[in-house]
Amino acid sequence: MTVLAMASRDAPKAAVEPPAASLRGVTRHYRFPGGGKTLHALGPIDLDLRQGEFFSVVGPSGCGKSTLLDVLAGLNPPSEGTASFEGKPIAGVPDGIGVVFQEDASFPWLTVEANVAFGLKRAGIGQAEIERRVDYAVGFMGLRDFRQSYPAQLSGGMRQRVCIARTLVLQPRLILLDEPFGALDQQTRLIMGDELLRLWRETRATVLLITHSLDEAAMLADRVGVMSARPGLFIDVIETGWSKDRDSRIVADPRFGEMTGRIWEKLRAETMKHMQTQGAGPR
Amino acid sequence: MRYRGLVTLAVVLSCVLALELACALGWVARTVIIPPSAMVASLSDILWSGEFNRAIALTLTNVMISVVISISAGFVLGVAIHACDFLRRAVEPYLASYYAVPTFIFYPVFIVLFGVNSAAIIAIAVLLSIVAMITATMNGLDRIPGVLLRTARIMRLSPVKTALMIQLPAAAPYFFTGARLSVAYSFIGVIASEFILSGDGLGYAIAYAYNNFENRQMYGLMLLIVIAVTLVNMTLDRLDRRLQSRLRR
Repeated sequence: MTVLAMASRDAPKAAVEPPAASLRGVTRHYRFPGGGKTLHALGPIDLDLRQGEFFSVVGPSGCGKSTLLDVLAGLNPPSEGTASFEGKPIAGVPDGIGVVFQEDASFPWLTVEANVAFGLKRAGIGQAEIERRVDYAVGFMGLRDFRQSYPAQLSGGMRQRVCIARTLVLQPRLILLDEPFGALDQQTRLIMGDELLRLWRETRATVLLITHSLDEAAMLADRVGVMSARPGLFIDVIETGWSKDRDSRIVADPRFGEMTGRIWEKLRAETMKHMQTQGAGPR
Repeated sequence: MRYRGLVTLAVVLSCVLALELACALGWVARTVIIPPSAMVASLSDILWSGEFNRAIALTLTNVMISVVISISAGFVLGVAIHACDFLRRAVEPYLASYYAVPTFIFYPVFIVLFGVNSAAIIAIAVLLSIVAMITATMNGLDRIPGVLLRTARIMRLSPVKTALMIQLPAAAPYFFTGARLSVAYSFIGVIASEFILSGDGLGYAIAYAYNNFENRQMYGLMLLIVIAVTLVNMTLDRLDRRLQSRLRR
């Protein structure tokens, strides 16, 4: 298997297909409570997520990555500009979007199985179909032996898998991930990255992954968007050119080093800018 | 867990034995404390004779009414105060220092309002126990992780469904802790009030026995209350632990 073969994804075809989601001139301003002062957190952002692509976003902390995700998820409206999903403007959380957060969002009062089935029951799906999908997702995420366990009995990585499974069963067409592996150790992250790639290939969903790990961004994505310090703007969008059946072994490829090097080059100046505005030294 | 339980039991048993021995050897006068064996005998007489059944039923009824009122009203008030930021900032300092006030000083007020009857007793018990439920409710709602509410929004749950399916179960262990405290405070409130202001109930029966030098009966009744409260508390504790263990992360 040629894991590292260059992508055969032809650009012209992608350009013809309508984007899965798109942002036009999107900004976010936050008003400080009490005062008239506002904080310009994000934008203006123009972004088209291609149908079925894996897009990573990296940027210095506080650059508005999560704000960007909130806009796409319909959790927060943009202050200016328009956001649309499958051609329709985003007003409230659209149908067909799944989100995995950085924090553990598993429901501690439900078993793994009930956690995964939670959204399906709300969607009014038949019992047989629920069982089929939960079975599949639980198996896919390697949780089969823990179906009857409660989240408190699982490790952090496994709880995050529960959350991913819970999102997966709803068969979202756009999956938004907000640093989902942020709390996990490096090895677990690599393995989870592989699982994420497998999931992406299988579901053919469009994926937007926010991460602060350059390796993760470079390894997983078709395109990596590099954001500036606040207010967050895309200063570069890098095509990685990996084949679709890539996995974490890509880290051994010389071009992987080149890729992370390129991302870091863009990011370094921004990160230093961020540190200066925050008055913080290197961690 | 089992081992710890055995140690606890051993400590209690050795205290009981020591008291029994001290009484038997005459180190403690029978006019002060009667031996535990005599307390048990007295308790069994009390239960067999049925002499105090009315008092027992009355006290338990009052406790139950107080528990129901303070848990339900405390929950509603807690939710309301939590929902209204302005109200919360105004009320919170009072709630925080509430238990510094000896609630029993208000008993003349309630006697004037309700008369010498169960209503005055229940009022004092509710006054004593409701705030524990209010603060526990607010605490529970505060501690619901924001990410769960965001998840509810992503799943497009209505506010009512979010409250019932996410907020309620997420905060349930805290609510339960409040309910448990309300039960304990209701017992204290009812029995102590009967002691000082009533002509009926277990508290009154103890006070009556005490005033008439009926040591044996007094200790039998005290044992009854201790056992009853311990059993209730143990049951609630077990449930509480089960709920809490799910939240431990």
